[in-house]
Amino acid sequence: MSRGLKGGVFKGLLFLSLLVGFLMLAALLVDVFQDGLPYLDLTLLTNPPSSDPKIAGARPAILATIYIGVLLLLFVVPIGVGTAVYLEEYADKRRWYNKLLEINIQNLAAVPSIVYGILGLAFLVRGIGLGRVLLAGAMILTLLVLPTVIIAAREAIRSVPDSIRQGGYALGATQWQVVSRQVLPAAIPGIATGSILALSRAIGETAPLIMIGAVTYISFDPTILGPFTALPIQIYSFLRLPQEEFKLLAAASIIVLLAILLTLNAFAIFIRNRYRRTW
Amino acid sequence: MITTTGQASTIEPMSLAEIAREHGDENVASRESVFQVRDLAVSYSGNTAIREVGLDVLKNAITAFIGPSGCGKSTLIRCFNRMNDLVPGAKVDGEVLYHGKDLYAADVDPVEVRRRIGMVFQKPNPFPKSIYDNVAFGPRVLAMKDDLSERVEGALQQAALWDEVKDRLKESALGLSGGQQQRLCIARCLAVEPDVILMDEPASALDPISTTRIEDLMHELKRQYTIVIVTHNMQQAARVADMTAFFSVDVAPDGGRRTGILVEYDKTAKIFTTPADKRTEDYVTGRFG
Repeated sequence: MSRGLKGGVFKGLLFLSLLVGFLMLAALLVDVFQDGLPYLDLTLLTNPPSSDPKIAGARPAILATIYIGVLLLLFVVPIGVGTAVYLEEYADKRRWYNKLLEINIQNLAAVPSIVYGILGLAFLVRGIGLGRVLLAGAMILTLLVLPTVIIAAREAIRSVPDSIRQGGYALGATQWQVVSRQVLPAAIPGIATGSILALSRAIGETAPLIMIGAVTYISFDPTILGPFTALPIQIYSFLRLPQEEFKLLAAASIIVLLAILLTLNAFAIFIRNRYRRTW
Repeated sequence: MITTTGQASTIEPMSLAEIAREHGDENVASRESVFQVRDLAVSYSGNTAIREVGLDVLKNAITAFIGPSGCGKSTLIRCFNRMNDLVPGAKVDGEVLYHGKDLYAADVDPVEVRRRIGMVFQKPNPFPKSIYDNVAFGPRVLAMKDDLSERVEGALQQAALWDEVKDRLKESALGLSGGQQQRLCIARCLAVEPDVILMDEPASALDPISTTRIEDLMHELKRQYTIVIVTHNMQQAARVADMTAFFSVDVAPDGGRRTGILVEYDKTAKIFTTPADKRTEDYVTGRFG
């Protein structure tokens, strides 16, 4: 009786902790949708910001966020997967320089994002003279999420059973053939998931972009080598404006940001399932 | 009912000696050597796993390595295709000659070695790909691309799997039963036309019926290939092998370090009927191990 009761109480507590996360998310969504839904229209997607809330939109910020996301993936996936393949498949883990690399990467993952912003300002914007451009933003966000991608890709590569590698080697395959034809294809679901999660984190980042000088008011479409803003910064700048309507516009922008992130996640799940099926 | 039971009891299990006498090839010793192992020792990070091994593996014969766990028989078989190279800290001393050429000479590429000397592992390890792609993997990486489908079909037929899978070549190999997966791994190995097939306890994870099929297959394959098999199952060694090597564990006098050693290597019939060494006799008669 008392054991059964304990079990019941424990189950109840577990359910309560689950409820906290769920209710928070639900409250957030309800609140944002209540405020933002009336303002979520084509004007928001197609118009640049304006001092008149009736015609103001977030088009430059939305485009910039998409550009940054695409560039980020182009940069971070090859570098991150390459690093992970080296560390997992090629590196002799007993060598001191490989140990140093490992520690370095683990520490990089814990560096606050504002520090990356300072790094970007010093080295990219001023150091190599790239300027306050979208490319610099994408590059600094790449550095920011690179450790996450490396760690996820290493996990994925490590989860490919050794028997698969041995089977490949035993048939006379070279190390590169084993890695490229067996290990990487089998690791793609994990790598895709990790990369998308990293992308989600990068797209939500604000601090490093402000640090390298993303502008808060921009009324023309961004280019890779031009000044830019991003969706989180746009939301922040809407909220700073005095008129009440802009707060609702910010809520609508949040919905757009959420929609972009959810689409990305859906895409990741699609890739993952597709590769599972062809196995 | 009593009568039936009585009749059933007349089917006595054959002794290992009888099995071995029925199977082994009497004239095997006159065959040429494929591998000549001379004073071989293997260590992992300084710990010797097996030492002082000397034996010849004969062409178109099945050679079995038997012995208790930890006697180094798997370590030894992995010297023949240089799979030990993949283990960090592994070191091989002594000589392994393959058709007279030192496998561990500086100018020998281990990848080249593994093209000629195939391996089937203890646990079936099909790639997470289709049945067809599993068999085609070897020919593809070795650029043997002519008539790939015929090559795949031929290998599957040789491995006695074709009839079971011919209508589902595009399906995942992971959907096959354990025994089918192991025959697929054999087919995969045959597809690159090896000279030798190494089998590291190929049937230990399989049910008795699948095991019998693998053993029948080995008898078929030895006409074309030289086969080395590691097995825990003495009946299996007696049923399939022409030559048998018995390994044991040598414990250092202080009771510490355990090292595998080769005790006796001879025709299978001899090992299971009149072994020269007392330790072999104890092992094959079940008094030890």
